[in-house]
Amino acid sequence: MRHRPWAVGTVVLHVALAALALLYIYPFLISIATSFKTDAEAVANPLSLIPQTWSTAAYERLFVHSDFPLWFRNSVIVTLCVTAGRVLFNSLAGYALARLPFRGRGVVFAGIIAVMAVPGVVLLIPRFLVINTFGIYNTWAGIIVPLLVDAAGVFIMKNFFESIPPAVEEAARIDGAGTWRIFWSVVLPMARPALVTIVILSFQGSWNELTHFIVASQRADLVTLTKGVAQLSSGALSQGSQFPLNLGAAVIMTIPVAVLFFVFQKRIMNASAGAVKG
Amino acid sequence: MTATTTGPTAAPRRRRTRPFAGRQGGQAVAGWLFVLPVLVILGLFMVAPIAMAVWVSVSDWAGRGSPFASTTHFVGGANYANLLTGGGLAQRDFATSLRNNVYYVILVVPIQTVIALLLAVLVNRRVLRAKGLFRTAFYFPSVTSSVAITVVFLFLFTASGAVNRVLSALSLDGPNWINDPRGILHLLLGAFGVSSPPDALRAAPFLGLSWWEWLSGPSVAMCVFIIMAIFTTSGTFMLLFIAALQNIEGEVDEAAMVDGANAWQRLRLITVPMLRPTIFTVVTLGLIGTWQVFDQIFTGTQGGPGKTTLTPAFLSYQTSFVNQRWGNGAAIAFILFAIIVVMTIIQRLVLTERDTVPRRKRFVRPGQQPTTAETAK
Repeated sequence: MRHRPWAVGTVVLHVALAALALLYIYPFLISIATSFKTDAEAVANPLSLIPQTWSTAAYERLFVHSDFPLWFRNSVIVTLCVTAGRVLFNSLAGYALARLPFRGRGVVFAGIIAVMAVPGVVLLIPRFLVINTFGIYNTWAGIIVPLLVDAAGVFIMKNFFESIPPAVEEAARIDGAGTWRIFWSVVLPMARPALVTIVILSFQGSWNELTHFIVASQRADLVTLTKGVAQLSSGALSQGSQFPLNLGAAVIMTIPVAVLFFVFQKRIMNASAGAVKG
Repeated sequence: MTATTTGPTAAPRRRRTRPFAGRQGGQAVAGWLFVLPVLVILGLFMVAPIAMAVWVSVSDWAGRGSPFASTTHFVGGANYANLLTGGGLAQRDFATSLRNNVYYVILVVPIQTVIALLLAVLVNRRVLRAKGLFRTAFYFPSVTSSVAITVVFLFLFTASGAVNRVLSALSLDGPNWINDPRGILHLLLGAFGVSSPPDALRAAPFLGLSWWEWLSGPSVAMCVFIIMAIFTTSGTFMLLFIAALQNIEGEVDEAAMVDGANAWQRLRLITVPMLRPTIFTVVTLGLIGTWQVFDQIFTGTQGGPGKTTLTPAFLSYQTSFVNQRWGNGAAIAFILFAIIVVMTIIQRLVLTERDTVPRRKRFVRPGQQPTTAETAK
């Protein structure tokens, strides 16, 4: 079986897919390469994957002469807070909706599902209105709090908790554990696979978020990576030949999600397929 | 910590006196407490905003102070009328953004669905080695931020960029992509010597744009975003198709192979019909997503060149935040909302209809034994 020579069709399939895969990956390779080129070479040799003269000028400019480190720090803060919040709040709500009988549970769940269906872009102006009214425009609270929970995450957690056999909780209850204790020390540790999914999705989601950051603040010291790089790219500064700078910024902002992706590859691919399916 | 120490002794005693009500009641309170954070945050930042934006869309709020202050007045449908029948710049811009987005949807949704399906079928072939590697390659663009991808594409598609280098190697002359406002249908017509609108197309029957403008096709600049959308989303949808393919039993496929169906026939007659629910999901998600293009436009062109990459989502932002016409901006958002809802409903109707009719036809084809059709169902 292993030594059977490959049929022509199989070879063609492999070659075609390899070419396609290269097409999907090439933009990333080229942006890494270009970020190490000089401005002039980026324009002269846009296709080459190896810079003729290696230059770290773009990264120097980014890290020493721009607010890039600040944006990076802000993105880290937002992402950590949002991820922690979502893990806690989504699992609390998911557990209640899956297991705790209370009047109105069905209505609450239906409401959360309905919220899930609201297209994000429609919330662009509405979100600003509320944030402004509460007086949290231009504050960390305005940037972080609205992202602290997400309906899809609640849905994922609810599904997971429903799959845990009730006997586990019954046993804990007979031993005298209260609801909070059952949740915190019995059920939550069992939910690690689902929690990892939430961590991945919220890390990726809040790291890549742009629209909310645009409407939640305009203070220069609260700019996150996506917003900063977007302004860098659409601003007058970047006209002409600032490609190494822009691409360097894009490369660095991709690294954290890329690392996350390669570490949790299998789970990310399953989660995305599963999450949308639900 | 207190619950840990008192729990074991206190809880059983209470349960003994009121065996059911106490426990259920405690759980009900806990249930509400557990969902409270989610309810409050979703309520405050998802539900309340919409209610507030409804008010702003029918008011003359100018962005200063609270929209509920006495300086803000109810203006009824004026903001909507301004966009739909106003005849001014607001209407033209709105119509232009709709046109741009319609072309974007028409091209992106079918192409991304077909490419995702083909990728899934190819990657799922049993003879294929290193499946994981290919999946990773196709999916990776989907996990990165839209801002980063846009920056990369702006570089690839500059006048002297990588794409044009490849084209010139094939002795083709690439356009100045991102700065080219010409519509591709106009360009096509131009190739046939039609460079200005015939009189019949000069009329402006709908939202203040002439037929000629409606029929421009996506601009060359918009094509960059179309290619980018296909590049970034086909991987996600590929995963959905792979998941569905793995649920389809291989036996049906093998039976068809034994019957002598070739790969294309198997794909068309077996795989695609069985994947119909997933195709429905992918098309719906595609429609919802493509009507919301914002990040790419914000990062890339800000609506230019010649407003040919303006989309309703971006226009809504620009109208409100840049031009401070909040009522109009909110109205655009709600019209966009309505469009997305309507598209999803239409799509659902069309696909369920297509789902039932051909299947019946196929199974009641003359010459076939009806019993096999029954068992197949």
